[in-house]
Amino acid sequence: MPVGAPPERYGNITVPELLILIPFTGAILCFLFPEVLRRLTGLLSAALIFSNSAILTRSIFQDGARRLHLGGWTEPLGIGMSIDGLSILFILLTAVVGLLVSIYSASFFSAAQEQVLARHFWPLWLFLWGALNSLFFVSDIFNAYVVMELVGISAAALAALSGTSASLTAALRYFLLTMAGSMAFLLGVGFIYARTGLLDMYLVGTVADGGPLMAMALGLMTVALIMKTALFPFHFWLPPAHGEAPAPVSAILSGLVIKGSFYLLLRIWFTVFQNSTVTTHAAALIGLLGLIAVIWGSYQAIIQTRLKLIIAYSSIGQVGYLFLLFPLIFMTPDPAWKTEAWTACIFQAISHGLAKAALFLAAGNLIQASGTDDLRSMRNIADKLPMTTFTLALAGVSLMGLPPSGGFVAKWMLLQSILASGQWWLAAAPILGGLLTAAYVFKILSQSFVSDDKKSCCGNVSFVMEKSALLLALFSILIGFRANEVIFLLSEPVFFIIPGGQSP
Amino acid sequence: MTTVIIYALTATTLFSVGLYGFAIHPDLIRKIVSLNIMAGGAFLFLISLAYHTGSPEVDPVPQAMVLTGIVVTISATAFALCLARRIKEKTGQCLLEHRRKDTET
Repeated sequence: MPVGAPPERYGNITVPELLILIPFTGAILCFLFPEVLRRLTGLLSAALIFSNSAILTRSIFQDGARRLHLGGWTEPLGIGMSIDGLSILFILLTAVVGLLVSIYSASFFSAAQEQVLARHFWPLWLFLWGALNSLFFVSDIFNAYVVMELVGISAAALAALSGTSASLTAALRYFLLTMAGSMAFLLGVGFIYARTGLLDMYLVGTVADGGPLMAMALGLMTVALIMKTALFPFHFWLPPAHGEAPAPVSAILSGLVIKGSFYLLLRIWFTVFQNSTVTTHAAALIGLLGLIAVIWGSYQAIIQTRLKLIIAYSSIGQVGYLFLLFPLIFMTPDPAWKTEAWTACIFQAISHGLAKAALFLAAGNLIQASGTDDLRSMRNIADKLPMTTFTLALAGVSLMGLPPSGGFVAKWMLLQSILASGQWWLAAAPILGGLLTAAYVFKILSQSFVSDDKKSCCGNVSFVMEKSALLLALFSILIGFRANEVIFLLSEPVFFIIPGGQSP
Repeated sequence: MTTVIIYALTATTLFSVGLYGFAIHPDLIRKIVSLNIMAGGAFLFLISLAYHTGSPEVDPVPQAMVLTGIVVTISATAFALCLARRIKEKTGQCLLEHRRKDTET
């Protein structure tokens, strides 16, 4: 490590612990503080979490993966934290999106009528951030259940933030589904414990076999997590929940929260059940659902007439790509292509997180300017809000997968590994999906260039809000240039072993 | 061994009954109660694992898990009930599905 590298621990507290401690402390303080102080606390916590995430990323990048034991208690009883390339990428994604959304929110919730929302937004958002960070560090299946519930409760509370009957209903529907999912997950934890007597993901991974109890556990956990990730046919809760929430909340829910459950699904499949042999048909089924999700979600996005609903349905389609990973990993003979598929899907998760957050923030700008998110209200905005239009276009480029964006790298690698695997039917997803995505992105953009003199658009949007949305969109493009670093972080899986691939 | 199987069967039955109720009842309170029945099934299964085959000591890990799980479920239930009450106040109905009809009228 070069001289002058930032310290990784402050006194007795290590950086990963801080990444959980700061948001939770900040959240509690936000409950106690009055208006102005609350926003400051929120922003300060966001800045601190971001800088600590950056420090941790740097140290993982240089020194490789590590494990921590909280309070010095080791495996069977203690709570462990494990940080490898996969978790640090998601931590960093959360930090980047989180920081920019926080900056955006500080401006978004400053209007007088939004103050009531801000009172609940800051603490809930920091709780959610802390829960997400814990989720990416989690190393045993029972704590995975606990932090998943934390994520679910704070995310549903955020979705209900605006308090209209539509958003309350959407939030409760989401919450009931994620709770039912958590119960199924917990029963799965029970099955695993009954079979192995272990909870630690990596220890279970070394002893897990293909017995009926383990197969049931895998089934329960998979269903639970694909419900939370909104894979077709469990996608129905997503559009109302993400569409009715205030813009920064939609950005968080669509950009980050569904990635949390997907991350856990990766851990369950490729760490806990890495040695099970029962999963090939299940993998093909999940891939098929992913393929349907890509086409169905994108098609639904095309026929919507409200901007936020288009973006929400687009999430269903974009999330579908992630699930193509499962058949690719299990049906590709060559380990090198497995690694390629693996990298492609993580890349897709990251670039979608950035692009989708940018889109929702840009939609928030538009709603603030024109008071509605009906597509027709977007006429003239290319003149009046050029920055927001540019943001929509940039994020759209990444979703479509045009070079040199992050989405392009993801879809290109995905297509390559599909062709190498011989699973031709899967190629429909990147090809058709790309076309359909282009259709709804152009549907949004074409409206913005229609000039309609009769209609006088629009109110002003604050500089900060336009810039933070634009930055996120820029990142979703620029991540395409940093592909090597991402591939490097994913190429040294210490705790993670790609089935049949290179082990550490 | 047979007691373990009896417990496991009871637990999975309880879980399935809860899931069935959760799926078919439109009423929110019934859905939330059904979720708690599912939780009861999962907890019963976990707690029955504490008496592992043969050994005289009781395994404390499942008990710790169930205690944590109960705390989580209580807070989640409270939150769901709170949301359900707000929905009742807003729409006059404790349902998820009749939303569209309400906003139209």
